[in-house]
Order: sequence, then structure tokens, then C-alpha cells
Amino acid sequence: MARREIGMTAILEARNVSKVFAAGVISKTETVALERFSFSIGSETPSVTAIVGESGSGKTTLVRLLLGLIEPTGGEVLYRGQNLARLSRTEQNGFLRDVQTVFQDPFEVYNPFYKVDHVLELPIKYFKLADSKAAKRDLIERSLEAVGLRPDETLGRYPHQLSGGQRQRVMVARALLLKPKVIIADEPVSMVDASLRATILESLLKLNREFGISLIYITHDITTAYQISQDVIVLYRGSVAEAGNAELVVPKPEHPYTRLLVGSIPLPDPEEPWLGEHVLGTPAGGLVPTGDSYCRFYQRCPSAMQQCVESAPPFFLTDPQRVTACYLYQHAPAVPTTELSDVLKSDRQAVPT
Amino acid sequence: MEEVLRVEQLSVYYHTSAGPVKAVERVSFRLHAGERLGLVGESGSGKSTIALALMRMIKPPGRIEQGEVLLDGQNLLKLPEEAMRRVRLAKISLVAQGAMNSLNPVKRVRNQIEMGLRDHGALPANGQLAQVTAELLDRVGLRPSVAGMYPHELSGGMKQRVCIAIAISLQPHVIVADEPTSALDVVVQWQVIDTLRRVQQELGAAVIQIGHDMGLMAQSVDRLGVMYSGSLVEIGGTRGVFSEPLHPYTQLLIASLPSLDGKGTLHGIPGLPPSLLNRQGGDCPFHPRCPHAMTRCTIEEPKLREMRKDHWVACHLYDDALSESPRVGAA
Repeated sequence: MARREIGMTAILEARNVSKVFAAGVISKTETVALERFSFSIGSETPSVTAIVGESGSGKTTLVRLLLGLIEPTGGEVLYRGQNLARLSRTEQNGFLRDVQTVFQDPFEVYNPFYKVDHVLELPIKYFKLADSKAAKRDLIERSLEAVGLRPDETLGRYPHQLSGGQRQRVMVARALLLKPKVIIADEPVSMVDASLRATILESLLKLNREFGISLIYITHDITTAYQISQDVIVLYRGSVAEAGNAELVVPKPEHPYTRLLVGSIPLPDPEEPWLGEHVLGTPAGGLVPTGDSYCRFYQRCPSAMQQCVESAPPFFLTDPQRVTACYLYQHAPAVPTTELSDVLKSDRQAVPT
Repeated sequence: MEEVLRVEQLSVYYHTSAGPVKAVERVSFRLHAGERLGLVGESGSGKSTIALALMRMIKPPGRIEQGEVLLDGQNLLKLPEEAMRRVRLAKISLVAQGAMNSLNPVKRVRNQIEMGLRDHGALPANGQLAQVTAELLDRVGLRPSVAGMYPHELSGGMKQRVCIAIAISLQPHVIVADEPTSALDVVVQWQVIDTLRRVQQELGAAVIQIGHDMGLMAQSVDRLGVMYSGSLVEIGGTRGVFSEPLHPYTQLLIASLPSLDGKGTLHGIPGLPPSLLNRQGGDCPFHPRCPHAMTRCTIEEPKLREMRKDHWVACHLYDDALSESPRVGAA
């Protein structure tokens, strides 16, 4: 697999990013929240990538790193080839326009004393997107319509007068105003009612299809991840367990952790079994890590071997479109973690657009 | 099967300055011994209000307007407060929503289990408390050492299991579990539901499990009731409800669920849940969002009727099929 050309600058790239949180003054305890994570969003083909993980998997840390809200302790996050921490003022402005976020809680992002119009007017004012009142109104109305909201039913209201689903779609409309290249959606539907979830996901997908915006969909829900994304990256305790084409990773999971995750989904069909932990069986046990590098899943894994606690498994390329970080697949060629994006990209090039 | 709980025509309103919010409107259902009944609905459908009403824990401005809650034939709504206090936990217990936050942060698990036993005069003889506590914890799959821990030392799933241990400490006939896994990861969710199912079977207790996740319901309850806007719109065996949903809301809800059987387009339910404020009644609450709405739906509220054996629905679509012998009553 050829290394990516330097000339093709990615819009947003994480290069071997690690984040270690240290606590305590006298006896320091260190928590590795994210370990050597590499990933990039190119400028050519718009993509939808899901990052799936449970609490403690490092997905929130990853979002904060990608947004430049915290600095990595190792590696770097780049916007158009420039380290996020060293952007010039113009580059910083570009970054804020190109990379937008939709957060989890559609209640807390609003100031209850302002009408919802306020969150839509702010970016227009800040980035001078419109030169007249009419142009501003037009811009707002078009972006509300793009996410399936009727402007006359939405504008002029206070946040509490809208449902959670409507408020979340106003946030998607706000992100759209800036015509970003990338939208990071951090658990956008986890606090929204079931009947409205599909509508919000549909509006996000529409932005991808019609406006060419790449989506990074952060979630704990592997079912919706499968439904909307081309690629799925499964995180476990700060490391990538498995990543690749959604059609491979979810229906045919390889890594024991992904198998556990998929087996724990309560499927809405009483005829389907719900196996949970029975998918895997009893953990192997009796293994002690020899150093800092070991498979993070070894304690829960029935197939754990001595090898797993001696060094962390690399990515094994079990399919041209999938990598699995597990020694059960060591017959497959190993690839460096930095090449994850190339693996993910391979399926996009294969699909004619 | 023996009936342990019967709810008849239960209505609960919250009286606000803008008018009454009719959170639960004339809901009736039955629960049999050892059965697991699910109540599913969106936020604002009244499902948590039902849980609190069964425990008689509705606080002002909420008020139980009418109805009966018959537990082993005894109407809980007519009991004096002191008698009701003795029924709670002993005969009907609650695993509250966000139960991880319902434990006292400054008391050890042991003391929190002891409190319920003491209040109900069920404290074991000297020296046996440790053994009783250990047995309860063992039932929910926790080590005896957990008894000496504080809630912050436990994970979310462990806290939820402690709550289940407390809920079963007096061997109630009915356990009401309100969103027992709403904040938990999927693997932990499986563990908690598996635990609840096992202890419930061991005790022979009936469970009312409340939630919004259709997948979880499909996998964990025997019978399922679907709530919409304060009313029970469908109730029947879980298999029947999933294989042949009768109410259009249930049909759309099931169709809106993402599946793993292949990617498809996502189908949300158009429109918005109605406001419960000043609901007048006299129409079907779902008619503004219903693809099959007829004139009749706007002028008459459909009643819950038995369409198939033990499968009840409140919808005018089935008026013709039911015109010969309508059975109206508690499902």
C-alpha cells in the first residue's frame, strides 16, 4: 500500500495522536485516553465515518483533540497540513468555518433567553456571510429548509418552544450556514426520541450527499453507525480495535470486542437471540502484562494469549478494506497504524460516484 | 395465570398555571404473576408517570385524578399513607430511572440495604445481617465485599445491580423498573437486564419494565404496551406486537428502527408528539401524524379493544372488524 502523497493535503488529520491525562501531585497516575490514533479527512471525496465506542473508549477525547480544544500529548492534529496549535489568525478563521460540530445535548447549547434565531445569526455576523438583512434571512431560511424545518414554524421561537429533535436540527442548520467541509457530530441523536432519530440522521446524510460535507459520526450505537456510514472505526480504551468498511465490520465483526459489541445489541425482533456476553465465553485469565504495551481487551478476551500481554497487536489487514488489531488474525499482513486512512479510502475509490 | 396487579382507568394530571397537563389518561392493564410487561413510549408519553403512580409517589402539582391500582386485590389508591408506606418495597418496589443517582453517596451499600429492611421491621437477628446482605448481592452477581463500598467506588452497572438488590430485598410481588439501563453502555445493559430477568424468575415476581428502546423490549419482556400521548394505544404479546403491529404508531415506530440486515433509507415518523397541555380528548391523539387518519379519528377517541387474542388496540381502522362483538375493558 503506497503512502499518501504529501501534496494531497487533508482538511483534517490526526497523525499518531495520543492523549495521556495525568492526575495527582506526589504519586502520579496516568490515564491513556487515546493512543497513537491516525486518521484523515481528505478534500476529494466526501465521506461518512463512524467512530464507535463505549464510555471510556476515548471518543470524547478524540472530538476535543480534533476541534483543538485540548492539545495532544503525542503526535499532532493538522488542519490543511498546519498544526492546530500553531494556526495563524486567518487559518484559525478558516478552520472554524471548515470544521463544524453538532453536540450531543440539544438543550444545553442554547441560551434560553435568546430566540433560536440568535444561534443562526451569530455565525453570519461573525463571518460576515451576508451584507443585508434580506440576504441574512434568505441564508437562514435556506439552511433550515435543507434540514427539513419550516422557517415560519421555527424562527422567532424560544428554545423551550421547540422539541429536542427540532432543536438538534437547528444546530445542523447552523453548521450548514458556514458551508463547512467537515461536520463532527458527537452523539447527535442519543438524547432524542426514537421516532425523531431517523429524521436527524437523514438530515445529516443529506448534507453529505447534497453539499459534499464529510461527516465524522461519533456514537456508542453501532446500529445507527452501520446505517449511515461507509466506514466504522471501533475504539476500545483509547485504541482502535477494528476499522474498515461498515459492511464488513458490523455484519461480520472480527475483533472479539467488536463481536461482543454487536452481540449485545438488543435487536428489535423477539425471534433474534440476544447473546450479550455469551457471544464470547469465559475470559482466558491468568495473564499479566509484561510492560506498557499490551492488548487493552486481554482481561475480557476468551482467546487471550501470552503474546497479547507482551505487546499491543498491530493492525492486521484482513481484507483490503478492513484492519483488525488482534493476534487471532496475524496470518494477515500487518500495516502501520498511520495507514488507517488509506485502508478506509480504498472502498471509496472503488465505488463509482 | 394469576393476576397480581390490575390498573383500571388510571388518570394522572399535572396542574400547571397554564392548565392541566394530562400525562396519563384512562390507562388500564393487567399484570400476571411472574410476567414481564413492557411499557414503551417516547418522552412525554406518560410512561414514567405510570411508574410513579403505581408506587403512589406522584408529587404536587401532579395528582392521581381517577382510577384504581389493585395489587393482590387491594386498591393502593385508597390506602392510608402509612399502610402504603408498608406496601412499598415489601409488595411493590421501584428501580428508579437513573438509579445510579438514587443511591446515597455518603452511605455504604450495606447500610442502604439495611435501611429498607429496618424500616419494614424485617431486620434479621443479630449477626445475620452480613449474611443476608451477602446473599442479596450474590443474587445480583456482586461480590460480598461490595457491601462495604460507597457508591462512587462502583461502576454504573454495579450501582444499578445494587438498586436491584435493594428492590428485591423484601421479595415483592411486583418490581417496577423505570428505564433501568438508560445511561448504560450496551454490554453493561445486557448484564443488568440479564440480572433483572434472573432474580425476577427466582423470586417469581412480576416486572413492569418501562423504556423507550424497542430493541430492549423485544428482547426482555413477554407482553408489551405502547404508550402515546398519555394513552395506551396497543398492548399484546411481544411476538405478536412485533410480527403484526396493529396501531399505525407502533407500525411506524418499528419501521423507524435501524436494523443490521442491510442498509436502507431511514424512516422517521413525520410530525411531532402532541402537547399534553389542555388536551381536550374526543379525538385520536395520533391522528395528526397518522397516514391512515379518517374523519372519524378527529371526532372520536378510539377505545382499547381486543382485536386478536390478548392483543388489544385503540384505533378506528379496526372498527369494522370489531363491530360484531366489541370487547371493551382492561387488557
